[in-house]
Amino acid sequence: MAVPSYATRGERIWHYVFLVLCALIFLFLIGPLIVIIPLSFNAEPYFTFTPAMLHLDPAGYSLRWYQDFFSSSDWLNAIKNSFIVGISATILATVLGTVAALGLSSHHMPARGAIMTLLISPMIVPLIISAAAMFFFFSKINLAQTYAGVILAHTVLGIPFVVITVTATLSSFDTSLIRAAHSLGANPTRTFFKVVLPLVTPGVVSGALFAFITSFDEVVVVLFIAGPEQRTMPIQMWSGIREQISPTILAVATMLVILSILLLTTLELLRRRNERMRGISPG
Amino acid sequence: MSQSAPYPDPAMGAPDDAPTGAGAPSAGLTTADGVPLKKSLRRAVRRSKLKALLLVSPLLAFLVIAFVMPIFDMLWRSVDNPEVSTTLSRTVTALEGWDGQSIPDEPVFAALAADLREGQADRSLGLLASRLNYEKSGMRSAVMGSARRIARVEPPYKAALIDINDAWGELDTWQVIQRESSPYTLSYYLAALDRKYSPSGEIVQVPEYMQVYVNLFWRTLWMSAVITLTTLVLGYPIAFLLANLPLRHSNLLMILVLLPFWTSLLVRTTTWIAILQSQGVLNDMMVALGVIADDARWQMMHNKIGTIIAMTHILLPFMILPLYSVMKTIPPSYMHAARSLGGRPFLSFRRVYFPLTIPGMAAGSILVFILAIGYYITPALVGGQSGIFITNYIAYHMQTSLNWGLAAAIASILLFVVIALYMIFNRLVGVDKVKLG
Repeated sequence: MAVPSYATRGERIWHYVFLVLCALIFLFLIGPLIVIIPLSFNAEPYFTFTPAMLHLDPAGYSLRWYQDFFSSSDWLNAIKNSFIVGISATILATVLGTVAALGLSSHHMPARGAIMTLLISPMIVPLIISAAAMFFFFSKINLAQTYAGVILAHTVLGIPFVVITVTATLSSFDTSLIRAAHSLGANPTRTFFKVVLPLVTPGVVSGALFAFITSFDEVVVVLFIAGPEQRTMPIQMWSGIREQISPTILAVATMLVILSILLLTTLELLRRRNERMRGISPG
Repeated sequence: MSQSAPYPDPAMGAPDDAPTGAGAPSAGLTTADGVPLKKSLRRAVRRSKLKALLLVSPLLAFLVIAFVMPIFDMLWRSVDNPEVSTTLSRTVTALEGWDGQSIPDEPVFAALAADLREGQADRSLGLLASRLNYEKSGMRSAVMGSARRIARVEPPYKAALIDINDAWGELDTWQVIQRESSPYTLSYYLAALDRKYSPSGEIVQVPEYMQVYVNLFWRTLWMSAVITLTTLVLGYPIAFLLANLPLRHSNLLMILVLLPFWTSLLVRTTTWIAILQSQGVLNDMMVALGVIADDARWQMMHNKIGTIIAMTHILLPFMILPLYSVMKTIPPSYMHAARSLGGRPFLSFRRVYFPLTIPGMAAGSILVFILAIGYYITPALVGGQSGIFITNYIAYHMQTSLNWGLAAAIASILLFVVIALYMIFNRLVGVDKVKLG
């Protein structure tokens, strides 16, 4: 977006003002995530930079909040719960969602729009409403305060993401490739594993990642449905922020930021791989 | 017929006949094994329809059980009113012929005594007491107090019960019981809209000091509108920049948009607490720079400002992504043409580029607005008293006051608003077009 050669002086000035504005907005987007990283190494129990930290004095920094985290049975238990719930819900949502997406991308799918709307609705209905509704219903059928209840609820919340990403992948899937494979002598099984699966996998994996992160970050539904035994990481953070706010939260937050960077990188690599395999992207 | 391919046998028709051509004598075409083509095609279509439905059905069944039924259960609960009609069944029957003008007679009180005895025995009076207390304060102690002493009450019951609690001698107690004896009620919806039934059965506003919800609904809508506007103002330039940079650079900058999108909501809320609180990073910085005095620190946390800043940050990616995908489709040649036809930069932008981005603005705005009005976590953590949303009252009635009927009614009203907005969104954009990163 260079300034064209015919631009007037006013336009040039405006162009640079615009770029500065954009830089400030990017700062607003990313700054807060960057700020907490050094804060989590604070030696003092404050949420702000101490003078020692500002002078880059090593004594101002410490790993005590990370130690605190890894020596707390509450936090470790919460992590364990988060992974149990997250992984189970992801598997369920991915299997159900992928199978359904295969059906939805068929040209002969009846009532496609209505069904799609229904499948997407858990993403649109505010979480607090889903949480209240599931709480009422799950209490009736004895699923409240159980792992099964939390897993089912998170499966519901993850499904729209799987359905959206997998149908998007399938809609750009070129079915003539299947015919090409057949004509080159591959049997259906071989075609599926050698042609279909490699092309569809990136979509399924990114859908699964979305479902996992949705579950891993979900507070409201767990707050309503889970009992004390199913406390997940977000719940632990939530009560930490509400009750005894300590920089341990910032240490957790830093680790979660790093986790999201890893996830984002994985997704980006998947996307590139996908484009390369389809021969769309020049790289 | 093993193949579902609808190709005709070349031997049966002229080779140049298009299989489904308009002028082709399709009635005469058959497949290799002699089935008429039309029938074979219909069968093939039906089979693939069935196959598609079969693939979708496990998920549909799952969602119906785990999501749709709970939602309907909640809608049902917002009008469900079993307490009076089941627990006070004898009283309700005895009240059937009552004219509502004077205190009922002995038979009604005898029925009430019988109902209270039974309720006391099977401990079902607690729900009834709370239910009646929503309608008329003091009814909880009237029910529970009378029930405790019901074993020793002798006829005539009318005098005895009025002697235990004055409420039984008040006309509106009986009007409430009669009104709430129906198995369904609109009382929860009325309460959610700051209204109630007057003793004579008309719908009136509750006293001003008790009006909470309507104001809160308006505040939720108003603050969501402000948040939508700020995300639009901040998101538009970013989307414009991303859409007009070469792909290599814009991909890099896109990561800066997607990273917050992928970071835990609680993390983002926490960082805003760390930054905005009165002993936080921003205030400390301002004091150190001498912009503000140490005793005049900005109050940006636990109020509206905190909620608006934090939620703008959280929802900004949801505005940028739809705007970007629309701007990406606008050919740069349009602006060049406008300029070469003599339009000043601002005029060209306003008359050519801006109108083309309106669909993106509409999609992003509705998306952000829908997400904003349903937010619970962020307002609850950073909103304080003045920055909370209607969702906080749903949680309050679910967890603290345990008035589940009212929680269900507020949630249902919110759900109707969201569904209406979603239908507009769907009309404008279509769910299939939703892209994730």
